[in-house]
Amino acid sequence: MNQEAIIEVEQLTIGYGDNVVLRDLNFSVRPGEVFCIMGGSGCGKSTLLKHMIGLYPPKQGDIRLFGCSMVHADEESRRALMRRFGVTYQGGALFGSMTLAENVAMPLEEYTDKTPEEIAAVVHEKLRQVDLAGFEDYMPAALSGGMRKRAGLARALALEPSLLFFDEPSAGLDPITSAELDRLILRLRDELGTTIVVVTHELDSVFTIADRVIMLDKETRTIVAEGAPTELRDHCENLWVRKFLTRDGYKRGNCPDGSCRDRAERAAGKGDAS
Amino acid sequence: MNELLQDIGRELRRGRRLVEFIGAISVELWHELRHWRKFRRRECWYYLDLCGRQSLPIVLLICGLMGMILGLQAAIQMRQFGTELYVADLVGFSLLKELGPLMVAMIATGRAGSAFAAEIGTMKVDEEISALSTMGMSPERFLVIPKLVAMLVALPLLTVFGDVAGLLGGMAVGVGWLEIPAAAYWSRTMEELTPLTFLLGVVKSFFFALLITLAGCWRGFESSADAQGVGRSATGAVVDSILLIVVADVILTMFYSIFGY
Repeated sequence: MNQEAIIEVEQLTIGYGDNVVLRDLNFSVRPGEVFCIMGGSGCGKSTLLKHMIGLYPPKQGDIRLFGCSMVHADEESRRALMRRFGVTYQGGALFGSMTLAENVAMPLEEYTDKTPEEIAAVVHEKLRQVDLAGFEDYMPAALSGGMRKRAGLARALALEPSLLFFDEPSAGLDPITSAELDRLILRLRDELGTTIVVVTHELDSVFTIADRVIMLDKETRTIVAEGAPTELRDHCENLWVRKFLTRDGYKRGNCPDGSCRDRAERAAGKGDAS
Repeated sequence: MNELLQDIGRELRRGRRLVEFIGAISVELWHELRHWRKFRRRECWYYLDLCGRQSLPIVLLICGLMGMILGLQAAIQMRQFGTELYVADLVGFSLLKELGPLMVAMIATGRAGSAFAAEIGTMKVDEEISALSTMGMSPERFLVIPKLVAMLVALPLLTVFGDVAGLLGGMAVGVGWLEIPAAAYWSRTMEELTPLTFLLGVVKSFFFALLITLAGCWRGFESSADAQGVGRSATGAVVDSILLIVVADVILTMFYSIFGY
């Protein structure tokens, strides 16, 4: 496993109850890259993210963030680890009873000794970074979906994490707002050097922001491809992956050369991510 | 047979989660006591307003009417024996020791218990609880403790107001229907009821506040992450709370009677 990796996932098997959603996952995320987790609907992308951020324990395997295991850490260490990354949820997950400023200030009030004036200054700066300056006193219900997501991002940025997770940032947004959010993600990476993990199935976003992607497959329940998006689109030996990335309406099981099933089965058998 | 075993297993797991939940609340309550400067006062004020001030009119109305009903029922019986003045005793004792705390708890269950379950359930749907967890914050501390503190303050206060409204309701019947002079009715009430009678009811309301909050919040956390789940959790919170309140009332009343109260 790469020693420099900020996230290392080893032999991970995840699921709910007796149901295995994904198995034998192996991949790593390097510092400063935008890493996308892709796949069709219901393949377990969001489930994988929820396990990576420590909301659920895996059935098997290990997830290491910043070199520390999320799986084997005690509660105190796990919470300390959680403060080192930020998460932006599909709907923003803002607290409805608080204003935007109060939402963003929450982690600062909890974990820092800053004065109210200092907190107000940080809140203003974070809202400015996500183009929401002037909306400090708005309630979440008064904002559009895109604004709520950006406000959620501002809150995730409050403690200046070096790692950010995005769950379906483009979901429910029009193409223009979605493109704005993509630009914001790239700006965060370029200006702050933040490592970013994005769960998405929006191809436009993937080709715009991703340095590397992994493709999850619902049928084999594992990773079937890993690499740069353009490389996978043009050269991946798995036909299903190529068709997915070129928006070609390809139906599983009708693979003309049989390559997709062979490839998927190999990946499932070996836990091979590439 | 297999299904029965699965049901038992599910209920055991649920029981284990409940024990963990109560344990987490105890730990977080202790944490709040040690770090009281960081206590979320703003949220506590919000819930005090919701559970206390906003519930006050309905508490006054229902307890006042309850006092009138008790007065009327007692009057019918007492009149046969010419002991109308004892209506004051009956209304006072029934309300202060039993019906006052119980009625206020039922109103709080309908207003606050279901609201707590629905709020936490909706937060679960909107991933706000996940957001709290991934910020390294304890959902129990942020979502339960302010509600619990607010309820522990609001419910005994509401019980005091409810008791007074009930006594006035009873007095209205005594004065208006039985034609007992107001001063005589009031002095009879004050003669028979001691501060302890009043206190016993208020102590009950502390236990009821604890049970309503725990049942409401527990149901919220256990809610499935969909609209139907939130509805079910709100209904479940009310049913659980009523059951727990009645059981607790029986236990407390038995406990009081052991010591002759």
